[in-house]
Amino acid sequence: MSENGDKSSVHPLWLRLIHWFNAAAVIVLILSGWRIYNATRFMHLRVPFTGEALFPNRWTIGGWLGGAIQWHFAAIWVLFASAVFYILLFLLTRRGKQFLPVTPSGLWADIKAFLKGKLSHADIRQYNTIQKLAYLFAMADLVVLIASGLVLWKSVQFGWLRVLLGGYEAARYIHFYAMCGIVAFIVIHVVMAVLVPKTIKAMLWGR
Amino acid sequence: MTPDIKNDEEAILKEANHLLKDPAKRRLLGNVLTLGGLSLATGITISHYGSVNEILKAVSRFNDGAQGVIFNPNALAPTYSEADIKHPFPFNAFYSVDKAPVVDGEKFRLELSGKIADRRPWDLQHLHALPYTEQITRHICVEGWSAIGRWGGVVFSEFLKRVGADTTCKYVGFKCADGYFTSIDMPTALHSQTLLAFTFDGQLLPAKYGFPMKLRMPTKLGYKNPKHIVEIFVTNVYPGGYWEDLGYNWFGGS
Repeated sequence: MSENGDKSSVHPLWLRLIHWFNAAAVIVLILSGWRIYNATRFMHLRVPFTGEALFPNRWTIGGWLGGAIQWHFAAIWVLFASAVFYILLFLLTRRGKQFLPVTPSGLWADIKAFLKGKLSHADIRQYNTIQKLAYLFAMADLVVLIASGLVLWKSVQFGWLRVLLGGYEAARYIHFYAMCGIVAFIVIHVVMAVLVPKTIKAMLWGR
Repeated sequence: MTPDIKNDEEAILKEANHLLKDPAKRRLLGNVLTLGGLSLATGITISHYGSVNEILKAVSRFNDGAQGVIFNPNALAPTYSEADIKHPFPFNAFYSVDKAPVVDGEKFRLELSGKIADRRPWDLQHLHALPYTEQITRHICVEGWSAIGRWGGVVFSEFLKRVGADTTCKYVGFKCADGYFTSIDMPTALHSQTLLAFTFDGQLLPAKYGFPMKLRMPTKLGYKNPKHIVEIFVTNVYPGGYWEDLGYNWFGGS
């Protein structure tokens, strides 16, 4: 049930606002981050088939390293603000209940249903266990992205975090892999949303 | 390394195409597409593109302030052992290594200006006689890579004290023999690991690493660490910097 008394609303307004601000910020962060990565391509990855070095500049934003950094460090404030509001409202409302608990038996039931092609999202107020795990993964991955990003940005000021993540160079890899994780989440999330269009409507207009 | 001007042109053209899709703007263009109208149209395009740039620059300046608040003058950058030193240490500048400036050590004088009580120039002999300390620290480049090196010289705050610099000022600026220039905040200038370095790996700084001296700050990114310093000044007027004026973040601190 919704918190604001509007029983027909799937997602309250605050959540929808946070979702779209967050989505915009994360996309800007990814695309500008690719341009920043291009300044030193330490993973030596290539685009399948074309063989171009990842990430082709036309996929990125910022125009050059300095521009990409400006975009990255502007979008980070939007992500930061949306994260703060989300955590606050997550704690103040009972939204967290949607994602918990996650139980092994629930997961097993979902896997079986998935294999039979019967895993559904008919009631969009209810998340199945795989969905819960996917959203919890996205939240945890964003925490890892922010933590590793803080180390790359301020490895001296956040010395304890640098030590926790295994040093500056380790943080580069963690930041990169966590980026891959969020990109994978976004791809699956968008495909799933398109497959169940009413979820998109709910995230736009609340129902 | 060099800002990609071509991409900026592309961005402007893209922006122009985007504007042309807007019916109102297209009508305007239709009305003004004369000799004078063309420049007006260009003006619209550039100011529109410029406004995004201005916002991003403003956020970057805001981030300078935020970093000043986060900066803890007592937080020390980690130090490493001899075995961690990167050989050969990477060269990086806005030109290739063979273009590194050749400075005549005999004739060299370090100029001081701005809010400094004793602005007499320094020759290398006197600079090298200053109390000497070394550090093995990680140099982090804005491009993402990092390398550990060993630098030696005088603690910069000690030097500032000797020349009677007004440390209540906001900025310390640097002019370099290769035309490079940059500036830093006073708290970082006074940080205990900020060195006016004359040696690299126990040897007099070679030209490629910044002879006759560089400012070594393990709390700042590489482009904030000026090489080939020929003049140091203290000021309250924001001096900017070579890369900073092109768009790199001014504080640039870690």
